[in-house]
Amino acid sequence: MSVIVEDLTKIYGEQSAVDHISFSIKPGQITGFLGPNGAGKSTTMKMLTGYIMPSSGSATVHGIDVVKDSLSAKKLIGYLPENNPLYTEMYIKEYLRFIAGVTSYSGNVSQRINQLIELTGLGVEQHKKIGMLSKGYRQRVGIAQALFHDPKVLILDEPTSGLDPNQLVDIRALIADLGKEKTVILSTHIMQEVQALCQYLIIINKGKIVASDNTQVLLSQQNQSTAYQVQFKQKTEQKILLAINGLSTAESNNGTDWIITAAKGVELRDRLFEWAVSQNNPIYMLNPQQKNLESVFQLLTKTN
Amino acid sequence: MIAIFRKEINLFFSSLIGYVSVGVFLVLMGLFVWVLPNFNIIDGGYASLDTLFEVAPFVFMFLIPAITMRSFADERKTGTIEILSTKPITETQIVLGKYFAGMVLVVFSLLPMLLYYFSVKALASPVGNVDAGAFWGSYMGLYLLAAVYLALGIFCSTLTDNQIVAFILGMVLCATFYFILDQLTELSAFASISGLLTAINIRSHYLAISRGVLDSRDLIYFFSIITLFLTLTKQLLVSRKW
Repeated sequence: MSVIVEDLTKIYGEQSAVDHISFSIKPGQITGFLGPNGAGKSTTMKMLTGYIMPSSGSATVHGIDVVKDSLSAKKLIGYLPENNPLYTEMYIKEYLRFIAGVTSYSGNVSQRINQLIELTGLGVEQHKKIGMLSKGYRQRVGIAQALFHDPKVLILDEPTSGLDPNQLVDIRALIADLGKEKTVILSTHIMQEVQALCQYLIIINKGKIVASDNTQVLLSQQNQSTAYQVQFKQKTEQKILLAINGLSTAESNNGTDWIITAAKGVELRDRLFEWAVSQNNPIYMLNPQQKNLESVFQLLTKTN
Repeated sequence: MIAIFRKEINLFFSSLIGYVSVGVFLVLMGLFVWVLPNFNIIDGGYASLDTLFEVAPFVFMFLIPAITMRSFADERKTGTIEILSTKPITETQIVLGKYFAGMVLVVFSLLPMLLYYFSVKALASPVGNVDAGAFWGSYMGLYLLAAVYLALGIFCSTLTDNQIVAFILGMVLCATFYFILDQLTELSAFASISGLLTAINIRSHYLAISRGVLDSRDLIYFFSIITLFLTLTKQLLVSRKW
């Protein structure tokens, strides 16, 4: 296991920002940390990277405790904080040279800088001051900074927030690439991103883990009750529809377009067809609604 | 530590803070020593740089907090402190890197003062008739005083994420340690602790060194107060993690 977290807790005053969470992450995998704002994603990441100390519990990275031996742990971790703080008055290369210094990089610094500029696609902008860069390029500088000392574990806190669609694609491709050799943990609240990038998923809400599994498993688990989007030729009423055996809910705004859900294990489409024939009300459209991560997320993190 | 040190130096000279603070110090000192009617040496008629050593602590009281105000306040405001704290370096290295970078600016401001010494020495009658002991003592004292101010200023910069607040706090703390404590000893309310107040007041030690006598007690005082405030700064940074 690359990262092992046990009973990790952070209490601010009376409130638990992170409440006894435990998980472990396999090496060479991209893990998504998913949750609504204020769920404790950033706090967990800050504890892993040694920026804040846990109130109780422990976390180890490749067997090294992040509290007891924080300097050694920091050598194994590359971290991109939320909002990507940078020294805007520095030049890109100057900044990376500074990072080489604070990480005590032992190899050839100039060579490493050129390598990272190439890898993160900073080539055309490499002679600029950081303050003059667009958000997408700043994000690349942030990632280059996190990667500098070739860490085994990469922790990225909302690496794609505030990027335009083109930049988004580029940065995602870069992260996917990095995930081939490194353990990557990233937090986000963009569902497509998780589906596109992450092999493993940890969903966190109010400081607690509400689900953690392989992305595919999580998706399929939630697909047991099926919903359909139906359009009829003529208007119909809810109570007439609910009379269909095996139909559990039906909702509509205009009487012709309906979202209906079937009870567990019922093949509703046959019954719906028979009903339509009997009512002489042809079906114009019938669309099974795959539950995507978005609804899984909403289901798991809904506050009652 | 060297990376932080180098970064701070670059910052001083790319953001004009370095040039402006050194420049202002040199201009003000030049005015006081040679030009302003009530202070200048020419009118005074004595071949001594007492004015310089009397005025410099007050000028530093403004300039040094101006140099140090952004050191941690800005890192916190922009969030870059999070980058620093998650790299494999210790808080002590960060604090010392910033401290020594500030010291470089102090050296740049004080080195040209040697010119004044040699000018006064040449102007004296007979030539060379100056109190060398007093000069070198005061000159040393000025470095030590600036070193204390820097520690106080950096400490104040960790208290807030607002540079202006850090500047004002730094100025007040420097003033307190330089002469306010000294003034308090004259109040009857503080009569019982006046000995203690004098002992922790910078001015009494600065004046002692200015006489040209290097007493180990004064040196110990300066180094302990610097260590105290740099340690406090470090502890404050560490305590933020909890």
